[in-house]
Amino acid sequence: MITKKRGAAGQGSWWAGAPGLFYLIALVLAPLVVIVIYSFLSRAKLGVGVKWEFSIAPYVELFYSESLSGERSFDPTYLQIFGNSFLYALITAGVCLLLSIPIAMWIATRPADRRTTLIFLVTIPFWTSLLIRTYAFIIILNDNGPINGFLGAIGAISMPIPMLYTPFATVVGLVYAFLPFMILPIYASAERFDFRLAEAAYDLGAAKWTVLRRIVLPAIRPGIIAGLVLVFIPALGSFLAPELLGGGKTSMIANVIAAQFGASRNWPFGAALSVMVLVITLLVLLVFAVLARRMSRTSGRSSWEVLL
Amino acid sequence: MGAALTVRGVTKSFATPEGGEVHALKDVDLDVEDGSFTVLLGPSGCGKTTLLRCVAGLETPDSGEIMLHGERIDQVPVWKRRVNTVFQSYALFPHMTVERNIAFGLEMDGISRKDTIDKVNEALQMVRLDGLGGRKPSQLSGGQQQRVALARALAKQPEVLLLDEPLSALDLKLRRGMQLELKRLQRETSITFILVTHDQEEAMAMGDQVAVFDSGEIVQIGAPRDVYLAPRTRFVADFIGEANVLPAQWSGDSISIPGFDDLHRSLIVGSESAGEFVAVRPENVIIEQAESGNGTVIEVLFVGGLLHVEVEVQGSTVSARQSSMVAESGWMPAIGDRVQVGFRAGSVRVVEA
Repeated sequence: MITKKRGAAGQGSWWAGAPGLFYLIALVLAPLVVIVIYSFLSRAKLGVGVKWEFSIAPYVELFYSESLSGERSFDPTYLQIFGNSFLYALITAGVCLLLSIPIAMWIATRPADRRTTLIFLVTIPFWTSLLIRTYAFIIILNDNGPINGFLGAIGAISMPIPMLYTPFATVVGLVYAFLPFMILPIYASAERFDFRLAEAAYDLGAAKWTVLRRIVLPAIRPGIIAGLVLVFIPALGSFLAPELLGGGKTSMIANVIAAQFGASRNWPFGAALSVMVLVITLLVLLVFAVLARRMSRTSGRSSWEVLL
Repeated sequence: MGAALTVRGVTKSFATPEGGEVHALKDVDLDVEDGSFTVLLGPSGCGKTTLLRCVAGLETPDSGEIMLHGERIDQVPVWKRRVNTVFQSYALFPHMTVERNIAFGLEMDGISRKDTIDKVNEALQMVRLDGLGGRKPSQLSGGQQQRVALARALAKQPEVLLLDEPLSALDLKLRRGMQLELKRLQRETSITFILVTHDQEEAMAMGDQVAVFDSGEIVQIGAPRDVYLAPRTRFVADFIGEANVLPAQWSGDSISIPGFDDLHRSLIVGSESAGEFVAVRPENVIIEQAESGNGTVIEVLFVGGLLHVEVEVQGSTVSARQSSMVAESGWMPAIGDRVQVGFRAGSVRVVEA
């Protein structure tokens, strides 16, 4: 077998990739480097900006709090917020998954021309900003909103159910924001699924749930993994839903980071929190990558292909 | 031996995207003997696959009854029917090994692990794939995948095995081999086989019984030899083997075919039917060199031991088949030769339109 090294043909013309390289360095790498550097500096006097003095205090602050007398004690506050964010991201990814599988399968089983329309409909929310759409949920979920109004009108409730500014509202907002990112990759897998395989499974004596579990799910697994990555990671760093719908009661890590650069005026600590989010994200990606590789060894197609 | 499968008055229509309706099956009756090999034969879109899918349970008939060993199954869900299918596309599960593919159906029956392993090995042996159980379907050749599909369906020991054009994806040589293999498997397992094909040679070679489909109806059913020798309609004569179908007209006790001498009723077979066409197999057409003959040679093909001669007789083309050995002895037909065309005694058959 003859193998040819990729890129051999392009040797000597590295500058062809220069614009892309410039873009990566200027817009992706440079801000990250700034954040990492800031996280090892000291707090400026007035809290705006940083003092150029090396310090690991921001990282210590993640785990310990200092009392007025200068005594350090273990403080799980920030770990809890990380845990909280992780939990919200997990719930969001889980709910999105449960909703997306039937939706994606349903779309994939429609006639070809209807499928295009339906997928187009899925992408409609992207037409307006997430901020505006999240505000819309304030109207929908508040005590005088349509849901409480309807339930009150049919006499199901006498007092409005408090939904806005609860963890529930946060989850609703997160699921709403990220659902298309789960539907699209699962649909991409489901659309390629050979439904004759399902017929074969029925023919061999499998009832509906068994066909779903043993034949359909393994086939759309690459799409599921891709969807989980696309939902879980951005959900982990969400800012809008917890801020606007959670009413500050359900802090997620992005809200804490925003506060460090704003009201709390502790830029190095905000940077250290950001670095932590980055590390967690990379770890999660690593886990998914390992999972995906194991999958692709069994199903022949990788999740990354679905993502691309 | 009793009837393994009985189909009575099965009708099925599909809506077309244009809003019309296609009658895939029109009031179809079929009886399949236990332990027999039945072939459903017809051109594509004739309804043969639809009937197979109705028996499997993958389609529900609009009306009619399907009985498996006397029990009605047309309303029983697919997964509860003791019938299994070998699909045209094989439909092997790509994420499972060959063994897991075969074991899948057995697991659904709740067979113990130990028995499953035994049955899987037995099935692999039966289709001569021992040793390949650990492979993925993608690591097998088309012919091997075909055998796995067969093993997977046979392992369940179905009351009837349905085969939907199972050999159509194989090349000619492999196909011949698999035809023999299928016959052997059917004999050895004595499971009732129902095979769908559009290949009339395959149907002839394999079936104990051949049912010829045309536009949603079974137009003729019988042993391959009987169907070949006594086609009932013009379609069957044409579809099975080669036939010269010529327009004919009854006048009293004889029939006249344009360009030929009138033939008396006693010389014609199938004359009890009031058909408007006659069919003659090319091997029963005799041509002789004759200046005042009724035809002109328009094409001569030398195909090994056979000579294919096309003759024009009063506007219709008649094909004749002769042994090349005959030609060797004397006259060799050439394009443009005037010839006298005749038919072998008892070979002209009246067929319906």
